[in-house]
Amino acid sequence: MNTQKNKRDLLQSDGTVTILSSLICIVIGLLVGLVVLFIINPEHALVDGFLRIIKGGFNDFPYGVGKVLANTAPLIMTGLSVAFAFKTGLFNIGVAGQYTLGAFGALFFAIALKMPWYVCLLAATLFGAVWGAIPGLFKAYLNVNEVITAIMFNWIGLYAVNEIMYGGGKGVMYDSKTTKTYSLRLNFEEAVIPDFGLADLFQLKSVTIAIFLAILVAILIYVVLDKTTFGYELKACGHNREAARYAGINAKRNIILSMTIAGALAGFGAGLFYLSGVAEWIPQNSTALPAMGWNGIPAALLAASNPIGTIFASLFISHITIGGTTLPTKYFTKEIADVITSITIYLCAFSLLFKHWLHALFAKRKAAKAGGASAVGKEAED
Amino acid sequence: MDEYVIEMLNITKEFPGIRANDNVTLQLKKGEVHALLGENGAGKSTLMSVLFGLYQPEAGTIKKNGQVVEIKNPNDANALNIGMVHQHFKLVEIFSVLDNIILGVEPNQAGFLRKKEAREKVLRLSEQYGLKVDPDAKIEDISVGMQQRTEILKMLYRDNEILIFDEPTAVLTPQEIDELMQIMRELKAEGKSILFITHKLNEIMAVADRCTVLRKGKCIGTVDIANSTKEELSRMMVGRDVNFAVDKTPATPGDVVLEVQNVTVPSTLHKNNAVKDVSFQVRAGEIVCLAGIEGNGQTEFVYALTGLTKQSAGTFHLCGKDITNAPIRQRSKDGMSHIPEDRHKHGLVLDYTLEQNLVLQRYWQPQFQHGGFINFGAVRTYACGLIDQYDIRSGQGPTTIARSMSGGNQQKAIIAREIDKKPELLVAVQPTRGLDVGAIEYIHKQLVAQRDAGKAVLLVSLELDEVMNVSDRILVMYEGEIVGEFDPKQTTVQELGLYMAGAKRKEAGQ
Amino acid sequence: MLLLVKYTLIYAVVFMLVALGGMFSERSGIINIALEGIMVIGALGGVIALGLMPAGASPVMLVIVSILVSALAGMIYSLLLAFACINLKADQTIGGTALNMLATALGIVIARGYNNATIAKIDYNNKPFLFDVGGLTLNVFLVIGVVLLALSIVALYRTKFGLRLMACGEHPQAADSVGINVYKMRYAGVMLSGILGGIGGFAYIIPPVSSWNFEVGVSGAGFLALAVMIFGQWKPARIALAAIFFAVFKTMANIADSIDVLAALGWSRNIYSMMPFIASMIVLAFTSKKSRAPKAEGIPYDKGQR
Repeated sequence: MNTQKNKRDLLQSDGTVTILSSLICIVIGLLVGLVVLFIINPEHALVDGFLRIIKGGFNDFPYGVGKVLANTAPLIMTGLSVAFAFKTGLFNIGVAGQYTLGAFGALFFAIALKMPWYVCLLAATLFGAVWGAIPGLFKAYLNVNEVITAIMFNWIGLYAVNEIMYGGGKGVMYDSKTTKTYSLRLNFEEAVIPDFGLADLFQLKSVTIAIFLAILVAILIYVVLDKTTFGYELKACGHNREAARYAGINAKRNIILSMTIAGALAGFGAGLFYLSGVAEWIPQNSTALPAMGWNGIPAALLAASNPIGTIFASLFISHITIGGTTLPTKYFTKEIADVITSITIYLCAFSLLFKHWLHALFAKRKAAKAGGASAVGKEAED
Repeated sequence: MDEYVIEMLNITKEFPGIRANDNVTLQLKKGEVHALLGENGAGKSTLMSVLFGLYQPEAGTIKKNGQVVEIKNPNDANALNIGMVHQHFKLVEIFSVLDNIILGVEPNQAGFLRKKEAREKVLRLSEQYGLKVDPDAKIEDISVGMQQRTEILKMLYRDNEILIFDEPTAVLTPQEIDELMQIMRELKAEGKSILFITHKLNEIMAVADRCTVLRKGKCIGTVDIANSTKEELSRMMVGRDVNFAVDKTPATPGDVVLEVQNVTVPSTLHKNNAVKDVSFQVRAGEIVCLAGIEGNGQTEFVYALTGLTKQSAGTFHLCGKDITNAPIRQRSKDGMSHIPEDRHKHGLVLDYTLEQNLVLQRYWQPQFQHGGFINFGAVRTYACGLIDQYDIRSGQGPTTIARSMSGGNQQKAIIAREIDKKPELLVAVQPTRGLDVGAIEYIHKQLVAQRDAGKAVLLVSLELDEVMNVSDRILVMYEGEIVGEFDPKQTTVQELGLYMAGAKRKEAGQ
Repeated sequence: MLLLVKYTLIYAVVFMLVALGGMFSERSGIINIALEGIMVIGALGGVIALGLMPAGASPVMLVIVSILVSALAGMIYSLLLAFACINLKADQTIGGTALNMLATALGIVIARGYNNATIAKIDYNNKPFLFDVGGLTLNVFLVIGVVLLALSIVALYRTKFGLRLMACGEHPQAADSVGINVYKMRYAGVMLSGILGGIGGFAYIIPPVSSWNFEVGVSGAGFLALAVMIFGQWKPARIALAAIFFAVFKTMANIADSIDVLAALGWSRNIYSMMPFIASMIVLAFTSKKSRAPKAEGIPYDKGQR
């Protein structure tokens, strides 16, 4: 009957509401951050604290912005990793482990095998994929919750990588002088991702084409999820696994594939970071999982699992994180930015609620305008 | 007027989009069995939930013995001695019968449980009313009938005077139904007042004193059963004369389409097999009905037939082709369509749009994709065609989220999708469950139309009326076995009931 | 050998307390993945209470007050989870993850604020918590752990509260229909997990060392406790046994270098650290098919939908 496409009502479109609810989360997160700043040091809270966080990378233009971009590239990837799994109904809490394995793959191929950067990047992707596949396999064949498996394998991966990298102090990748892995820029220039002049532009060595690679992958993931039959199958599995099976979709295969791809994305992100030439792994010191792995979760949540949204969410998180590092240490610590991020995702956890409120609010407004005659309607993505 | 123990006066209860109860009045006399009759969705359960304190009405008053009372939650209801046996039992499966009975009113000393007196009281009550239960058995290990007796004991343990039974017979065998009727008479004799929700006329005639009829949320009237007939009640319930019989010509069965040989399926619930050595055929141009009480292996059989689970023995042939171990997609390609029992669990991806759901079985066909990229235009055109043809109503047409559609239209969407696949074999499992009379008639017509078009139809149904009216051949399943084959024209509901309850059996294929 | 026993007892108590916390939460129907974060906050609260008390305070006072504060800190923090999951019906896994991240960040910020310096390492005196029995150094948490285990068993299986809690985790609609306030019971479950998790976090850092760097949080102990809970199949006595099993591995990782027999094996601490995680994966792989997790866990309860 209704063959005509409904007229798009901007206020009520699902996309707008999603973006708005994410913005609400951000604003509340920032406000809480402001309160924390005031509690710690009321005198300097605004100018030396809050405004610096808001200004983010622009505090130290241009290399501050360079830092944001360098940090955003791997963050987009870990965010995509979480977002992609989400779309298939899986929670990839194992990004940290997959990222760790990716770092290992990149550095092993760079240092031990002396491979060029693109091979190393591929290796990172592959290692991440394997680590991502494990929770998928456990879920598909043994029905173990992927969250539990991923948590366990985060730690297994961390200890395994540390063990191999350190090798009792004799590991091939271990530079006993710095107690880190060998610096790529000093010893293995080939393995560093090229910058095509970006490093000079931003006066910062860590700025490479990584950010463009990450954006490219994000667009690719968007196309796969929204335009292909593979994406249709994955999302069907995510929404209703039993119905997908009923429709002849191989749900087990899709779970494994989805987790493998999610792991690959995380590994690729680690490659982007560790092949920038200025980051080394510290096997003796790493008793905690890399933060980049966890930060993918807020990036994905803030973006409501939209691949394109992940780009912007990652930019925002990097922006305030870098802003946090510019806080004067005599007044504040840089982890204030982490507090803001984690408050923001705590709020994102119930962004659905904000969405309901917003929908209700708009519906009410519209109803008031139309004299109460209009029905609540949602515009679906097409 | 204090002859009424409970009065619900002018109750109105609204949910977003619908008025579930519209100015409904119900008056219950002390010591009577009062039936509440209505179709699915007529508002019976909502009304009882209001009485039990689960919902708050927008308007209307409730009186107990002439006094206005407020029932804000089940505790209030309990304090007024109102108890309820819910349609879906509210029992904690890992708890014992006793623990379930005392839950919420635990006898305790400073918070520590004192179960001894409770056990004695339960045993005394079960003796008094003939409700046989083992207080120490876990709920997950006992039969549905015993679970229901546990629910009844829950009310008696709380000394409830007003007992609500919400569709209590849906899950019972005919024999268990008889027992329940007897229990209800005994409860009445002890002075309890009973509200009995149902849509089955026979049961009302058998046990009720009076009956209030609801239709589309409105109260149609209250009648004395002694002065009424089934026909009158059904007219009140549906609003017109119901033609229970389905118009159809005699079947002209053709070639064998589905051949089932010695199929055995293990149970997921217990160690026994759910389906035991089942064999039968379905021919082109006939509707074969698999009848039986819920939980006698029909679900497991269909899962195996459609490939959702694996059988442990036996073979399936579809149009002569062995599909015993074929994956689900292959069975679909070979000409099997499946209208699933649970449309929310299997039939639809509720968060997908209507059009996405309509191509759920064929998005991979060349018509709808090119090199793995979905052809959105083709999907839209196809979906709009089906929506028109099957009159699927929804808010935003093809882009409506399936979750927001009504149950009847969701079911229509599934039927459109499965029939439009042009299957050789249509497997329809309880296709009319939870729908109103109009939708039921529509679906029955579609099934018969498929048969007349020379397709084979396997219908699985729990409703005896449906079994008798739609099918050309009836197979009764009891405890995983086919215990009888019948021609609907030469059998009666009573005879089928005996077989469904396992009281009689004969070899299949007469 | 004494060293092995000493550390095993320390960690067994920690894992048991935190896993019991997780058990109460999950038995009420709320998946508590935030145990790690709760431990951090509990530990921080206890340590700060210890530092803020006057120098003249008696050792008994020190012990009692600081443990109470750690329990309180954990409980208050767990309220964030309860609020998000029960009132706002947020996804429990995501909410828990957010709280874990927040706890680490907050831990560092607060520890630095407390130190008034850029380091998040806090020194404390752990002597009042320790006592010797025949050459073996034990700590008060062992006693507290045994008492709380007994209390947990009794509370879960012998009281009105336990019966109602379990009903909410298994079939909240059934609980609601007999007048039990599901929201309240779930709050109780989560708050108990906060109390036990907070004490557990404190017990994790106090006995073995006399200073703690909050930059590492509690380095995965909370997640290990989650595995202990699953290994223990949501039953208190089994959880206690599972905790001992996991503690042995954790201990070997800590003392691999200092015990001759283990050092001779040549395995590094990384290997031992990995073992409990690998062990729990093996166990999960074999038991997942017959796992008896509370049926309704992870599903927000909505009064409207029954």
